[in-house]
Amino acid sequence: MRTTEGPYAMEKFFRRNFAGYAFLAPWLIGFFLLAIGPILASLWLSFTKYNIVRPPQWIGLDNYIYMFEFDDRFKKALQVTFSFVVISVPAKLIFALGVAMALDKGIRAIGWYRALFYLPSILGGSIAVAILWRQLFNYDGVVNSALRLVGLDGPYWLADPKYSLWTLIVLAVWQFGSPMLIFLAGLRAIPQELYEAAEIDAAGPVRKFFAITVPLLAPVIFFNLVLQMIEAFKSFSGAFIISGGSGAPLDSLLFFTVYLYDEAFSYLRMGYASALAWVLLLIIAAFTAIAFWTSKYWVHYENERG
Amino acid sequence: MTENPVTTTIAARPASTDTAALARAYREARARRAKRAGLLKHIFLILTSLIMIYPLIWMISASFKPDNQIFGSLSLWPQTFDWDNYGQGWNALSVSFTRFFLNSTLVTVLSVIGNVISCSFAGYAFARLEFTGKNIWFALMMMTLMVPYHVVLIPQYLLFLNLGWVNTYLPLIVPKFLAGEAFFIFLMIQFFRQLPRELDEAAMIDGCSPFKIYWAIIMPLSLPAMATAAIFSFIWTWEDFLGPLVYLNKVEDYTVPLALRMFLSQDGASQYGPMFAMSILSILPIFLFFIIFQRLIIRGIAMSGLK
Repeated sequence: MRTTEGPYAMEKFFRRNFAGYAFLAPWLIGFFLLAIGPILASLWLSFTKYNIVRPPQWIGLDNYIYMFEFDDRFKKALQVTFSFVVISVPAKLIFALGVAMALDKGIRAIGWYRALFYLPSILGGSIAVAILWRQLFNYDGVVNSALRLVGLDGPYWLADPKYSLWTLIVLAVWQFGSPMLIFLAGLRAIPQELYEAAEIDAAGPVRKFFAITVPLLAPVIFFNLVLQMIEAFKSFSGAFIISGGSGAPLDSLLFFTVYLYDEAFSYLRMGYASALAWVLLLIIAAFTAIAFWTSKYWVHYENERG
Repeated sequence: MTENPVTTTIAARPASTDTAALARAYREARARRAKRAGLLKHIFLILTSLIMIYPLIWMISASFKPDNQIFGSLSLWPQTFDWDNYGQGWNALSVSFTRFFLNSTLVTVLSVIGNVISCSFAGYAFARLEFTGKNIWFALMMMTLMVPYHVVLIPQYLLFLNLGWVNTYLPLIVPKFLAGEAFFIFLMIQFFRQLPRELDEAAMIDGCSPFKIYWAIIMPLSLPAMATAAIFSFIWTWEDFLGPLVYLNKVEDYTVPLALRMFLSQDGASQYGPMFAMSILSILPIFLFFIIFQRLIIRGIAMSGLK
């Protein structure tokens, strides 16, 4: 046993690790310079006052104290973002699951439907679609024209703070394509015999859905939930374009990310914006942790049963 | 719908009926019901897809309409079909769209190359090589999936500002060569793991180094994964708005999404037709990619849960 000792140990260690670290090198550089470095730097900056022109000045917890005690825009941004996440994510997932179930079991022309339903997800992040959305929800835009057909008088969607967030919720739900594809893959994995057995036991469609589909799909639902939640907290360009970059009207579209951008790049409050960034990171981490923690009670994986 | 075909069949027949007939009746009832449900499903799906696709078709039609016909109507067919909006839109801003499209192409092509190379390197290391600390790096890599770009944005901006890179394309391109997109690494790992390990082992016995194995075996076999990463990388970079918004301040450097936004900030709201025309052109490359590579895209999502 002289493999780990003697003059060859170093060489051996080097040789064993060289290839791995060589291939990992670009990622490692990126990780330190562009990920963990900036995350820690922004933590430090969050305790300073910094406007780029003058060097950062340490002010302790002042940014955070100001944020939670006095900053009404911060509270508004939290409220807007939470409303968006809490409404749009479940709506999107329910819609995605509904369509995926309709598409399941070898329906004709499935390829066409799948492509059509996925198309909005691929185009949805673009500025072109955000611009289109603004026009759809204009007072004499398409949405109100459609409402007029059924005798309803639509509101000023974009100018009225009561309705403006709905335009973005609809935009988010419209992009239900990727959770739908993931649901579809999950549904395929449910053994058909279970449904047949349930039918013989005289179970109706509702019963089958809650007794078979939901429990067996729980891991996939959970995966989609976490992914879409993070995505919703991060969403930016739609709100930025539709609100004209400021969260208007009356800050009703002031997404957390929009507020952060505004503080950092319109007012050059880099320290305060860093504190906002850390709050956002902690919120996302907390929500993900809650999702994982509660998943014990409703998500069961196939191989751990018995 | 609570009526069950099996129970009614049983009730209707004496208990002595053979099980084969019972099974046939059950199958027939099931097929009948499936057919009816199938029709309902198709109606639901067709209606949904029409609603889904309507906004996009409306935008195409609006790009051919004069401004006074765009609003207040649901119609998808322009009364007069003209291409003027395209010509006007192309030159509507202080810099022509030729420039914006070239800028976007440059950034996108380099980003795609960077992402594919660097992410497949990292994926290969994680999927196939053994080295000290691998599990820790892997966990850290997966954690970066959760971190919003906004959290690293400010320090990254300050870093690039100090390097003198603001108002160049470097902040948009260089990070792509450093495997910043953990999703792609994950996709590569998933794919590499499916390749038979015997190939590597045989090559190793023949004296191939890990570099040779990557180049001669792994890379040629994983073209589908690389193509998937390339397609998503193309779409995301082409659509990227926040990066260019932060780093590019001169109009002649703008990428297409930034240029489109200029239509909104301009006064005199008589530019709707040209704005829609340019919007259509801006998503045309993505649309074509989607049509051509649909299969790869859809498989890629199912495999890794990409956005």
